[in-house]
Amino acid sequence: MNKKPLALKILDLVSIVLLIAATYLSIFVAPMERVMGNVQRVFYFHVGTAWVALIGFIFTAALSVIYLATKNLKWDRIQVAAVEVSVVFFLITIILGSIWARPAWNTWWTWDPRLTTAAVVELVYIAYFMLRQGLDDPNKRANFSAVYALIGGLSAPITFFSIRLFRTIHPVVIAGTNAEAEGSFSMSGGMLQAFFFALFAFTVIFIDLFWNRIRLGEAQAKVEEMKINAAY
Amino acid sequence: MFFQEVTPDTSSYMIAGFAITFLVLAAYVASLYLRDRNLKQDIDTLTELQKAAEAENLKMDKKRAPKKNAEK
Repeated sequence: MNKKPLALKILDLVSIVLLIAATYLSIFVAPMERVMGNVQRVFYFHVGTAWVALIGFIFTAALSVIYLATKNLKWDRIQVAAVEVSVVFFLITIILGSIWARPAWNTWWTWDPRLTTAAVVELVYIAYFMLRQGLDDPNKRANFSAVYALIGGLSAPITFFSIRLFRTIHPVVIAGTNAEAEGSFSMSGGMLQAFFFALFAFTVIFIDLFWNRIRLGEAQAKVEEMKINAAY
Repeated sequence: MFFQEVTPDTSSYMIAGFAITFLVLAAYVASLYLRDRNLKQDIDTLTELQKAAEAENLKMDKKRAPKKNAEK
């Protein structure tokens, strides 16, 4: 297995620093929202993780097209990495949303269009791994996964636009005018600073974890190849 | 919630939110590390097996070689 590149080591450290800085900005720099109190501070992480996860899922669909066009297993490995990291980030998004909903909506969960579509996205991509587990042949596995991820990729934009298309209690903080929404707020200077920094921080953290996961996939492929060679 | 005058104390929810974020990320990083370590061990073991098999093949070839020469 190749030695970890210096750039990746630096990115690991930068990611840790950015996560700490984003936490500091969210808790100590952004002002407290008057109606919801301190729980609103999780918003910066909630949107930051959702942003990278949804882009990750759409990116996965693009990788499916590349794999299906080239049939190169390298793209399958990159796709698995993108899906896995996106699933982790989206899990954080859903948990943070639920924690925020409890004091804001007086419930941990409600079958609102946004929450339902978000749950569907997460389950679609958890099922992606179940599908992969059931297939031993690497080429067959990559083909099925690519088609599945291509169709599954549609669920990400549906989730993003759900609060803009349907009646929902989920707030649309960016360019939103939903009268039904509960828990919405306008962002002031400090809030915007924390918000955009969190978006940047989670983008860098995503790239770092994605790169690490690609390397892991390469090692897995090497082990699989060595096992096949050893068998003959 | 919108008719209240005092900001509610929702700090415990905030702490839970940040704690879970760190926990999930730490668990994922740990899983990456453990899988990486296991794969490195697998590669080392398979490399050793490969070397042992090659050495065995060489021995067998050397044993066969004198027989072939005698037959000639």
